[in-house]
Amino acid sequence: MNNTVGKEDAGSLFIKAISYLCLAIFALACLFPFVLMISSSFMREDEIIREGYKLIPNHFSAKAYELLLNNSQALYKAYGVTIFITVVGTVSGLIMMSMAGFVLNRKDFKYRNFFSFLIYFTTLFAGGLIPSYILMVKYLHLKDSLFAMILPGVVGAWSIFLMRNFMKAIPDSLYESATIDGAGDFRIYWQIFMPLAVPSLATIGLFSALGFWNEWYNGMLYIQSPDKYPLQYFLQRMINQTNIQALINQGAVINTADLPSQSIKMATAVLATGPIILLYPFAQRYFVSGLTIGAVKG
Amino acid sequence: MHLVSRLKLHCGNVLRELVKNKILFLMLSPVILYFVIFHYLVMPGAYVAFVDFNISKGIFASKFVGLDNFEFLVKNGDLWNITKNTLLYNFAFLALGNVIQIVFAIMLYEISSKWFKKISQSVLLLPHFISMVIVGVFAYNMFNFKTGFINTMLVSLGLDRYEFYSDPGIWKYIIVAFKIWSATGYGMIVYLATIAGINNDLYEAAYMDGASRSQRIRYMTLPMLKPTFILLLLFGLGGILKGSFDLFYNLIGTNSVLYPQTDIIDTYVFRSLVGQFNFSMGAAVGFYQSLFGLILVFTVNLIVRKIEPDSALF
Repeated sequence: MNNTVGKEDAGSLFIKAISYLCLAIFALACLFPFVLMISSSFMREDEIIREGYKLIPNHFSAKAYELLLNNSQALYKAYGVTIFITVVGTVSGLIMMSMAGFVLNRKDFKYRNFFSFLIYFTTLFAGGLIPSYILMVKYLHLKDSLFAMILPGVVGAWSIFLMRNFMKAIPDSLYESATIDGAGDFRIYWQIFMPLAVPSLATIGLFSALGFWNEWYNGMLYIQSPDKYPLQYFLQRMINQTNIQALINQGAVINTADLPSQSIKMATAVLATGPIILLYPFAQRYFVSGLTIGAVKG
Repeated sequence: MHLVSRLKLHCGNVLRELVKNKILFLMLSPVILYFVIFHYLVMPGAYVAFVDFNISKGIFASKFVGLDNFEFLVKNGDLWNITKNTLLYNFAFLALGNVIQIVFAIMLYEISSKWFKKISQSVLLLPHFISMVIVGVFAYNMFNFKTGFINTMLVSLGLDRYEFYSDPGIWKYIIVAFKIWSATGYGMIVYLATIAGINNDLYEAAYMDGASRSQRIRYMTLPMLKPTFILLLLFGLGGILKGSFDLFYNLIGTNSVLYPQTDIIDTYVFRSLVGQFNFSMGAAVGFYQSLFGLILVFTVNLIVRKIEPDSALF
């Protein structure tokens, strides 16, 4: 800043000071709900009932976590379901979308514009919730199936176009020399393009995984058996219920009066968000690159 | 005859392509199959809006009633109410959201501390990655009557508890606040990328000529952001009938006391599916939303093509 000293007038300094202040306030506002949630989850139940959730509790207690981790079969099952749909959905989606992106980028593929439009049009007009519900339940028989939470979100039009644009950056000469060497289309895709596309696969894969991790909507629509609830839907049900006894412990006996319902609700939310918060610092730069590319192109 | 022979020729071409590029077609087929099944097969199902749906008969065997479902929705006022709510909320999200995003993007650009920049950008973006279920948890954590944080504060100050969940008026502000809370970081980064794309030489020249910081913001940054702002606003208007279902559902849920001011098209359609089992009525609203949404997108795109051909969607 040495070169600007002397030229910074009062107005400029004022703008800078205000900027620091506003950014700091907004950043605190972004963090506040998380902090409140975490400290609420460590409160003692009697204190919550007597005085309500607090930012700084009088007493510290990890009883909610103890109970959840020791007794709640349902929570582990929900974790299992969410991990399953996240892994299966992300991996299969990435394979399908990268193949499509590869084909749609091939200039010698005659119908690429037709197929691109076929995909694009679905972002403009949708049949609607009711017809797709009827299709899923009455014709595809996906009610109460884990695939009802995987299939609807497995590929996305924007991600395919993002993939295609990433592939555009790979020089055509690579493809041409591989053809001359006698490699088939699939081999070119798998052995040449895929290794080069790793950064873009990471970006799109992270978005896709995040979508599956946060999945609750299709679970709410289609899933009936409690042991197939995804994590977020499990959490949503718990928040909306006064008596969470049945949701928590399948089998184990806990006295309802001893059940710290209010702190358990918050502890479940912490456990459901935890992995995102922990991975966020590492994954963030992929997110940001994906966001800006998506925004500029789309 | 002419037509038939041309058709034959065309089919021959398609077939030849299919054989020549069979691997490519095979590689594309899973995605195409997905879009055909989950999107194109659903589209004719919108016909359910024009029948009196009977689940055992299926969509196409149910009795055709023409526009009766739409007429009913217009007459009882539901359609007007949810359209009005959807439009007003989206206007608020768009106008307020974009202005706040621009302001924060400029502020982030103007500060000089690198670490402060980095950390505040990360923190502001964090809400974008949280599911709306968690936002619902936050609302419960803060606003519920017996144990909510705000009521804790009110009681400790010697005031009466406030029943947020039975006051429809206040949720307008809470919904908009949470939307801003979750969307600012993302929008800010889009605008920040635009500012970063402005040629640095321009700023330096202005600096040499003695332009102050506020002059630079007013006469350089803001005008340069104008095209992006207009584009984002226009595309936002194209989607103005689409509601943020996950936000509204997780904040309001099934609390019917709050519906008058918080019911949007998407929550209405959802309720007609799970609550009342009135498929045809819900589908009518859904069809109305899709159709006018499509018209809006085409209109917006026409305007964009006039003012900035490069940015048009198609």
